[in-house]
Amino acid sequence: MNSASCAAKISTQPFSLNPTSPTSHDNPLVFPKPTSLFLGSTRKIRLSSSSKLNLHRRSGTVVAVSDVVKQKKSKSTPSLLITKEEGLELFEDMILGRAFEDMCAQMYYRGKMFGFVHLYNGQEAVSTGFIKLLKQQDSVVSTYRDHVHALSKGVPARAVMSELFGKTTGCCRGQGGSMHMFSREHNLLGGFAFIGEGIPVATGAAFTSKYKREILKEADCDHVTLAFFGDGTCNNGQFFECLNMAALWKLPIVFVVENNLWAIGMSHLRATSDPQIYKKGPAFGMPGIHVDGMDVLKVREVAKEAIGRARRGEGPTLVECETYRFRGHSLADPDELRDPAEKAYYAARDPITALKKYLIENSLASEADLKAIDRKIDEVVEDAVEFADESPVPSRSQLLENVFADPKGFGIGPDGRYRCEDPKFTEGTAHV
Amino acid sequence: MLAIARQRMLGQSFKKILPAVSVLRSYSSAAKQITVREALNSALDEEMSADPKVFLMGEEVGEYQGAYKITKGLLEKYGPERVLDTPITEAGFTGIGVGAAYYGLKPVVEFMTFNFSMQAIDHIINSAAKSNYMSAGQISVPIVFRGPNGAAAGVGAQHSQCYAAWYASCPGLKVLSPYNSEDARGLLKAAIRDPDPVVFLENELLYGESFPVSDEVLDSSFCLPIGKAKIEREGKDVTITAFSKMVGYALKVSEMLERDGIYAEVINLRSIRPLDRSTINTSVRKTNRLITVEEGFPQHGVGAEICASVVEESFSYLDAPVERIAGADVPMPYAANLERMAVPQVEDIVRAAKRACYRSVPLAATA
Repeated sequence: MNSASCAAKISTQPFSLNPTSPTSHDNPLVFPKPTSLFLGSTRKIRLSSSSKLNLHRRSGTVVAVSDVVKQKKSKSTPSLLITKEEGLELFEDMILGRAFEDMCAQMYYRGKMFGFVHLYNGQEAVSTGFIKLLKQQDSVVSTYRDHVHALSKGVPARAVMSELFGKTTGCCRGQGGSMHMFSREHNLLGGFAFIGEGIPVATGAAFTSKYKREILKEADCDHVTLAFFGDGTCNNGQFFECLNMAALWKLPIVFVVENNLWAIGMSHLRATSDPQIYKKGPAFGMPGIHVDGMDVLKVREVAKEAIGRARRGEGPTLVECETYRFRGHSLADPDELRDPAEKAYYAARDPITALKKYLIENSLASEADLKAIDRKIDEVVEDAVEFADESPVPSRSQLLENVFADPKGFGIGPDGRYRCEDPKFTEGTAHV
Repeated sequence: MLAIARQRMLGQSFKKILPAVSVLRSYSSAAKQITVREALNSALDEEMSADPKVFLMGEEVGEYQGAYKITKGLLEKYGPERVLDTPITEAGFTGIGVGAAYYGLKPVVEFMTFNFSMQAIDHIINSAAKSNYMSAGQISVPIVFRGPNGAAAGVGAQHSQCYAAWYASCPGLKVLSPYNSEDARGLLKAAIRDPDPVVFLENELLYGESFPVSDEVLDSSFCLPIGKAKIEREGKDVTITAFSKMVGYALKVSEMLERDGIYAEVINLRSIRPLDRSTINTSVRKTNRLITVEEGFPQHGVGAEICASVVEESFSYLDAPVERIAGADVPMPYAANLERMAVPQVEDIVRAAKRACYRSVPLAATA
């Protein structure tokens, strides 16, 4: 799945964190020759490529670094992709995700958390690689495996942990739970339990961004939306419908497929006629990219391109991140069907270990720095647990709150105010 | 006048049969206990071996042995052609099932929970339920849609809705909801053999519960009639109707009420559509008070329909207003204490029963 094994047209990839060994599982991802240009379009539609976008376009300052590097075909020493601050930020975010999820498992087995809990261990590179490039106003839409997306987007660990414990200080006051994380402030739009459900919602958020810019004339509105979903979702009708409309209307959205090869117990290969999901992008007129989702730097490079594209108004992108979840589908999943050899293979490519190695080998950070971050995050997570433990459970009256935005559900009266606030409303037979 | 007498007679004859059956059951030696899960599994197994046209379809029904282990062992026994693991496309595979049923196969489509059936509801209603009518009887759809329905524990708003009322309002569908192992076995077998689309609403929390079953139930030709409710417990003071998990609660309530001298008659609806109005009305005419219990949303719920039916047919027999116990009129909250408040509890039903019997004040005060 490393792009170095692909067609010769793509230049060498000097920034791999993991050795470019052939895959050991039965999934020979043979990269196709680039398909012909989509006819009938005056725009240069990008070809389905299995590497990072390798094109000559005007780009922002950060991308220029990687462009310059790409053009140098025979580079022996990799130039650094990230600065020290960026590296530490990425590392901290991934460690936070991992430590938080591990703590969730502990809390679940102690009975403090209940219901469905889906953990993200192993996939941190995708969340960190993409979300750390976003601004606060950009939106993220996720599935039930959304704790780490929430954390990466900036929702405080305390709020997420309280939500999981079902306390009133949680980000949704305990009413949503593990699978339904929402935050208006951080533009995290959920948190959907049904797979495929978040994709049309994300497409709508992207539509709003475009609408605001063009119709409402908020000229600087270049908000991008990221939709995260899994390999199982790529067989669902809603996915295809949204790919079509996003490309048709050139919406500023990036569809990020977290292909962890398993949908509960259903292997991706058993469920999909053509397992190479990135190929579905060009079928709808958008670029489809496949990237190694266990390598946060590679993901970040691809993300920069895709998010940049969306911000400039060039339309959607489909990014397939090949990743793996170290734990079962949820904490209730016995995880018997996955081959231990496959699990070991991916465990060896742990994104956190890989980034650590990169940072140390390139002298961006010392062991001591990284250990300090480890400790800091441990404290953050423990503080979150304590906070959640001490927070109150929701009061009885909270049961009936927030069903409607309109305080009592009677609508707006002719004077423009809520009907229930009108003292005359209770006259006669009306009963509030 | 004659109609009422006939109804009364029907009701009494039905009741005459029941005690005989319950006597049989209590005399069968070493009554076996099986879980609802085993009951469903054995029913599927037997129907699949009896009729090669029956096949299973759903997410994780095969290699994973069923998301709730209901279809355990069936893949090994019948092979991947008859136990199909589908991709996550409810709309797609439900449509495929309906199409197969048009041509005479008998699919049993599993939804991981009935909440996911909303992605497929177009096919359940428009392709399956209405087909026999639209084609003037040319195309019948012998399909079963089954899966867990209603609230589980702590699974949030999108996983906890009860769909009994929604599906039961649609003509062309039969909607069944078993409570114990006997119900599960008998009704699932009846559903699979039935030539019409059946929505089979199970309950996740009941899967692991064991119930005693007689040898008659374990026989492979055991079938329960669709459209007949069962009187789980006879009484004379108040009628409590319930289905699925709430039957267990109602039985507990009836024990608690007995200590206060109130003898409740508990009706296990079993079949939401067609609703066994005659059993319910006969019971109400005997006890004169009614409480309907359900887990779903109150407005336009099953209880509302039962109440309307009783008011239409047995109005003059009612001595107290009908009490409707339903889930709270809010999407299911996640927090544990809120969730407990959003679902009916035994205490709520007891209070309602006492209100219906005008006993919520201590007897001494009313004397």
